[in-house]
Amino acid sequence: MIEAIFNYEFLQNAFFSGLLIGILAPLLGVFIVVRRLSLIADALSHVTLAGIAGSLYISQSVTAFAMLNPIYLGILASVSGSILIERLRRLYKHYEELAIPIIMSGGIGISAIFISLASGFSTDLMSYLFGSVSAVSRQDLWVVVGIAAVVIIFLFIFFKELFVLSFDEEYAKASGLPARWIHLLFMIVTALVIAASMRIVGILLVSSLMTLPVAAAMRLAKGFKQTIIYAIVFGETAVLIGLVSAFYLDLAPGGTIVVTSILILLLVILVKKIVFKMATKREEVAQ
Amino acid sequence: MKKSLIDIKNVSFQYDYTQVLKNISFRVEEGDFLALLGPNGSGKSTLLKIILGLLKPMSGEIKLFGVPSSTFKHREWIGYVSQKSNAFNSGFPATVQEVVKSGLSKKLGLFKRPGRDAKEKVLEALKAVGMEAFINRNIGELSGGQQQRVFIARALVSEPRLLILDEPTVGIDHENVQSFYDMLAKLNREQGITMILVTHDVDTVSNRISHVACLNQTIHFHGYKNEFDTISHDALDAWYGHSVRKIH
Repeated sequence: MIEAIFNYEFLQNAFFSGLLIGILAPLLGVFIVVRRLSLIADALSHVTLAGIAGSLYISQSVTAFAMLNPIYLGILASVSGSILIERLRRLYKHYEELAIPIIMSGGIGISAIFISLASGFSTDLMSYLFGSVSAVSRQDLWVVVGIAAVVIIFLFIFFKELFVLSFDEEYAKASGLPARWIHLLFMIVTALVIAASMRIVGILLVSSLMTLPVAAAMRLAKGFKQTIIYAIVFGETAVLIGLVSAFYLDLAPGGTIVVTSILILLLVILVKKIVFKMATKREEVAQ
Repeated sequence: MKKSLIDIKNVSFQYDYTQVLKNISFRVEEGDFLALLGPNGSGKSTLLKIILGLLKPMSGEIKLFGVPSSTFKHREWIGYVSQKSNAFNSGFPATVQEVVKSGLSKKLGLFKRPGRDAKEKVLEALKAVGMEAFINRNIGELSGGQQQRVFIARALVSEPRLLILDEPTVGIDHENVQSFYDMLAKLNREQGITMILVTHDVDTVSNRISHVACLNQTIHFHGYKNEFDTISHDALDAWYGHSVRKIH
């Protein structure tokens, strides 16, 4: 594959996008998991699908937009979805989780309408649902690079505030942090990462790249920074192994990446159990 | 006259149709160690939230450090330790060091990160609460009492002048409660940190505090500890509608 990367632009696009997403998704994922927002990531990815399906339909029916890259409407849908979720969460203060099924079913519903209106973009759509090694364009790569820059700048500025907010929301507010604004920005950035990731892992599997590496990291790491580092290492490993195997076996990379993530998670749980057992045995012997 | 850190005049608050606070007025001066007493539902937590700026009163006036609450900019001067039970997700992957360091966040403001001296400050704050040996442990591995000490260190690290503690000893066993209050008294005495302690536990704190305020929708008593000791049980019962034990 290494040789092929030098020869084929599409492989370069997929490879570099994958490398970036392997960092971004678990990095934000740590915050999403500790703030118990995993399901929101799922809802947002389904809203992204509505944008993608809408864009594909417009390209098909309006010749002027035939070359429109669906990623833009996908991003727009995802970001609007994140703002909507926040509005709904404030409206239903005592039932915050209601926002998730509302937005999620809305996303799927709109997608279903566009998909049935259009006929014949099933291959395209498949690549958005489960990711693709061959469909990532240079333009897509640049969008991913741009989003990566936004995420890094955002985290650079707000890292400590996000930590405080995630750890103890009441304390954050009591110390005068503009919690609402930071949270809203965080949701928008999450929406961007979801839109960026869908090209590689696919819409249906984006949230797993945000949660599975974090789940594995939390078993091993001590402290927050270490959790982030482990999550990125696991995420990156899953993306690399997933992309390479998808390329050679001609599979959808979303599937191979997620299955690799799950294998990593299982391995971590198993290793931790064995180490723990050995440690307690050693203690027993020592006594 | 000592500097007044909190000055509350005629503050009232209601949730929907329930009146929680009625015409509250009181002052807290620099160096005080005030115990705020009151039964469940007496409005203690609401009053704290108003002082912390989390809730806005329907009427009345609040001054913090002599400045109206709405224009008060130095929230880092006020440290806050909430009830352990609802404070945080105990599975959170963070070390004691990371938690305490997060207390510097407000003081630093946006765009600034904790520098080299941050670790020193964290260590100092942990020493003040006797938790320096736990600096690299995950917060979830500690006992309730130890976690509360860490949260006090998080408040101390930004060098507050006033510490507000909302029933900090709930869920801590009796022996540790004693040493916990000793630690607060020491911080009050040696570092001159003003304390407001919301508690049910009059007996245990009684020899460490300087002032007492009794709240049940309105302030029934506010004064020196020794004046409080002269109040009859009957008066207390009348304020609270049930008996409150106190030790002379």
